[in-house]
Amino acid sequence: MYKTRITHQTYDFKSLRNLMAKATPARSGDYLAGVGAVNNLERVAAQWVLADVPLKQFLNEALAPYEQDEVTRLIIDGHDSAAFATISHLTVGDFRNWLLSEQATTAALTAIVPGVTPEMAAAVSKIMRIQDLILVAKKCRVITRFRNTIGLENRLSTRLQPNHPTDNPAGVAASLLDGLLYGCGDAVIGINPASDNLEATLRLLHMLHDVIERYQIPTQSCVLAHVTTTLKAIEQGAPVDLVFQSIAGTQKANDSFGINLELLNEARLAALELNRGTLGDNCMYFETGQGSALSANAHQGLDQQTCEARAYAVARKFKPLLVNSVVGFIGPEYLYDGKQIIRAGLEDHFCGKLLGLPMGCDVCYTNHAEADQDDMDMLLTQFAVAGGTFIMGVPGADDVMLNYQSTSFHDALYLRQVLGLRPAPEFEQWLQQHGIFNAENQLQQRPDVPALFKPSLQNLNE
Amino acid sequence: MSNDNESIIAQDPWHSLKQFTPARIALGRAGMSLPTRACLDFQLAHALARDAVNIPLDFARLEQRLNLQGYQTLTLQTQAENQSVYLQRPDLGRLLSASTTACLQHTVPIPVDAVVVVADGLSSTAIEHHAEPFLSLLLPELQQKGYRLPPVCLVKRGRVAVGDAIAEHYAASLCVVLIGERPGLSSPDSMGIYFTYQARSGISTDADRNCISNIHNNGLNYQQALKKLLFLLNEAEKLQLSGVNLKDETTDAEPNDRLKQANFLLD
Repeated sequence: MYKTRITHQTYDFKSLRNLMAKATPARSGDYLAGVGAVNNLERVAAQWVLADVPLKQFLNEALAPYEQDEVTRLIIDGHDSAAFATISHLTVGDFRNWLLSEQATTAALTAIVPGVTPEMAAAVSKIMRIQDLILVAKKCRVITRFRNTIGLENRLSTRLQPNHPTDNPAGVAASLLDGLLYGCGDAVIGINPASDNLEATLRLLHMLHDVIERYQIPTQSCVLAHVTTTLKAIEQGAPVDLVFQSIAGTQKANDSFGINLELLNEARLAALELNRGTLGDNCMYFETGQGSALSANAHQGLDQQTCEARAYAVARKFKPLLVNSVVGFIGPEYLYDGKQIIRAGLEDHFCGKLLGLPMGCDVCYTNHAEADQDDMDMLLTQFAVAGGTFIMGVPGADDVMLNYQSTSFHDALYLRQVLGLRPAPEFEQWLQQHGIFNAENQLQQRPDVPALFKPSLQNLNE
Repeated sequence: MSNDNESIIAQDPWHSLKQFTPARIALGRAGMSLPTRACLDFQLAHALARDAVNIPLDFARLEQRLNLQGYQTLTLQTQAENQSVYLQRPDLGRLLSASTTACLQHTVPIPVDAVVVVADGLSSTAIEHHAEPFLSLLLPELQQKGYRLPPVCLVKRGRVAVGDAIAEHYAASLCVVLIGERPGLSSPDSMGIYFTYQARSGISTDADRNCISNIHNNGLNYQQALKKLLFLLNEAEKLQLSGVNLKDETTDAEPNDRLKQANFLLD
């Protein structure tokens, strides 16, 4: 069925799953899994065959068995055939043409969201170039709200990530203030706790709540502990804004994370009950990343990019405020170098947006990957041109707790300058009101600290 | 270069916060970008970390240093034939090469209790700096406890689980692996120790191991690491297991005290 003949050679791909893996642009994780194309010609042959596959086929041939995988059941049972009607006659190749065409306006793209499955999004991305991924994602618009409005046109938000190696409150506060004074933190102020235990999580939750209250910052907080820890924190009356969880695209991988759809639903309902959002009720924050299923030995023969797109089916069920693809964190056995990380980051953003998600990107790398700051500048710039929803803000791009390199407060300001991107409107107003940004959304030139924070620093110097 | 020209860059008047965190805060700015000095500081740290990953460990020198102290060594290789393969195929870094396996099989299988394995891992600098000084504390302790030890096994391009095959070969119940950890910008030479009780190739998993991480000059010191490891060895023999059910109950006084410290943003 998935067959072609190119330069006197016949290529016969035994299943849609196999075809998808072979059609994926080269990356180390697919070779580690033994599913990638053996050479360039086989890859292109698979792309030719894939381009002729009708989108409808993805509803008939599940890539992970329906009976065994609740993520597949979520995708198939939740599919909206009315929304699908506009594109139901298309092949994967036609779908690419349609997405690039004038017909695919922002409104049209929004309308098809419930009719697009993760596999359809992954398939079309495999035959798209970087500029295609950017162009189509830029046309998609996804707006979410909790205490501010994320995802408006020509806006870029930032997650302030003030991690500290031992969760020391003053250490966290130092990075937090540094970030606020650089205009960072409208997506979320989100801390990765050094130890995932209830006591540390409670302490950090209360601290972030107190800071947001004291300084009246129009943003939300999150402590990135396991969902079960956050549930316990809610039970103990802790001020939880966003519930965090890492998610993956197969049931088995989610098992290895100690989660399932039922548990995520329970956590979301518990957070909704607290009713802490003032503008909206998007109260979930998810992180994902290509290779996470394979690293849990739970990829089930799927390529890592398809697995990643399936994680977005899990995400969108719970109407998150933010979804973050932590693209370069996983290491070179999944994404070997800058080239692979850049493409993966843009694929994730495209697929996420096409599926209706507020996609951010942790533009990042580890020191054993073949990547450096120049590679990150390329992904950072391309991601922002594509209309990416948010990036991380880490002091000097160096996360001293997680030991990897992400993006800095300065990086966000670079994008604001070259692309004219503004923060979320409520946060922008706060920044301008307190003299952190000027009316042009540039850092205010000043010899001293804004009045809002002067007392706390003065105490310190005495 | 020593300092940025202060008439061009804007300083951040909150330098005093640097006392609370090793994070790169209050860097100042040139326009809205990183000043030259901060930019080059980062590149310097990245260069050290990259070199730690990619410059091969001098195994001959390490052998020599250990031999001079009177310890026998055996240098082994994994199936990762070069660094690029090693980084992309962690599975091959867990398997001994065919020639190495043959060489091991030629050694006389004397009865032993514990194997000590040293692998370069992801930081040759970590092993270069910390393996020999740590072993010179550890090995006498093990001998004093009456453990019978084969030569110290030095493994080129090895991952943690390569110790399992070695422990299995010697039928040792205790397996200690010293390995170079993934380098961070602030700690390019961090060494980790993994301990597994009854390690068996292809059977032992991460859940069966205990890890002592972050051994370097600004992290855990040798004495602290040794104390933790000896505690784990003792407990493992009592409980006949290692991993998630074996808890490290040694205390680190320092971080807890500092946690109580006040928070200037909320005082």
